[in-house]
Amino acid sequence: MKKEIGFLLNGERRTIEVSPSEILLEVLRDRLGLNSPKCGCDRGDCGTCSVMINGKTVRSCLVLAIEVEDQEVVTLEGIMQNGLTPLQESFLKHNSFQCGFCAPGVILSTTELLAKNPHPNKEEIQEAIAGNLCRCTGYSPIIDAVVDLVK
Amino acid sequence: MAIENQYEYVKAKNLDEVVGLLQRFKNAVILSGGTDLVELLKTGAVHPDVVIDIKGLDFLKDIRLGNNILWIGAGVTFSELIDSEIINEHFPIIAEMSKTVASVGIRNRATMVGNICSAVPCMDSGPVLSVYKARIITDGQIGERQIPIEQWFVGNRKTALFKNEIVKGISIPVPDKKHSGCFVKLRRYSGEDLAQVNLAILAFDDYSFRITFGAVAPTPVRAMRIERLINRMKLVPELMEKAQQLVEDDIAPITDIRATKEYRLHMAKVMLERGLNAALDRLNGGGPAYGKSVI
Ligand code: FES
Ligand code: FES
Repeated sequence: MKKEIGFLLNGERRTIEVSPSEILLEVLRDRLGLNSPKCGCDRGDCGTCSVMINGKTVRSCLVLAIEVEDQEVVTLEGIMQNGLTPLQESFLKHNSFQCGFCAPGVILSTTELLAKNPHPNKEEIQEAIAGNLCRCTGYSPIIDAVVDLVK
Repeated sequence: MAIENQYEYVKAKNLDEVVGLLQRFKNAVILSGGTDLVELLKTGAVHPDVVIDIKGLDFLKDIRLGNNILWIGAGVTFSELIDSEIINEHFPIIAEMSKTVASVGIRNRATMVGNICSAVPCMDSGPVLSVYKARIITDGQIGERQIPIEQWFVGNRKTALFKNEIVKGISIPVPDKKHSGCFVKLRRYSGEDLAQVNLAILAFDDYSFRITFGAVAPTPVRAMRIERLINRMKLVPELMEKAQQLVEDDIAPITDIRATKEYRLHMAKVMLERGLNAALDRLNGGGPAYGKSVI
């Protein structure tokens, strides 16, 4: 049974008809054209599908699209609507990513961290991105960029 | 991966509606955080005819302390436990445990009640709720039930919940003696991982203890033999050694993808010693900060 749901997506009110079995990640990518959340593991382990619901990062591969009715969803596209954020500038400066597949998730996780705790220490940064797997960088340049930004 | 099975989705507006739906549908499942459920829906391990979303039920979001009872509603996430003043002040071991559950993105969605309803043997909530002698409060057509934690887990992924019941929350009595404790989790790397062994300890100021291991059997295991041996004794090195030997009698871990049984047994002994020492040090006002891993 399809249902029309309305929700805020990157600040814009959207309506879309979904069936209760549709996954948020797939609706965002395949039907709404947002490509920043990516499918890595499809089971909650890797963090590449991260989006924010009501300001908190979640794994969109583990969310039913129908659950976000009347909620506020933000993807990386929404975070950088007014250009690169200082955090992203710092990642650029430190050459933090290689293939970049993990980047949207890492950026969202650290954005969430900094909103809550503007001056995290290294351990807190590591903890915040512990659920974002990166297969290229060994994490050091990612962590350095955040440390550099908040020092 | 898409979900093959089709089902109805209802965002419940009140508890009566949930109880009614649980009665009306043969195969109803409750959805809160969904971090376990959505995966099970994708693989087809569960195929409900209705999914009842309880995230709209505000009263399930409560963390309350009154009459020396802590109440954790079914909608409370691990992130909310970590951020709760009540939890950090009165039940820091719950915060210490919650910080080890998966990653922020999961903790923002996953609930403690969901954790004990999934009842996967390596869950982190089980041992902590065991040492606190928690009660699980359910509701359904037959009315409210209060199930003591030691009767809650009945096997691998099996609980005492009836098919047409919902868990409303967990109630935890504040221990009436001065106490402290420790949660110890062994995993392959720091950061996100499931437990190879986990352990919760409460130490009271009369030197009695409650000790529960997790991930070493289908359900959490209260280490009764060890407790009997060390209760009200001074934990001198010889006694600690005897207690560690008893680990082999109290638990019977298996070999699986995350660790061998020999490794689990060995590490359970190390964890017991470090956990007991940390709990006692904390009882005396010192010890490692909560959340700082002792292994
Ligand atoms: S794709 Fe969602 S966590 Fe990996
Ligand atoms: S840069 Fe390739 S996965 Fe992180």
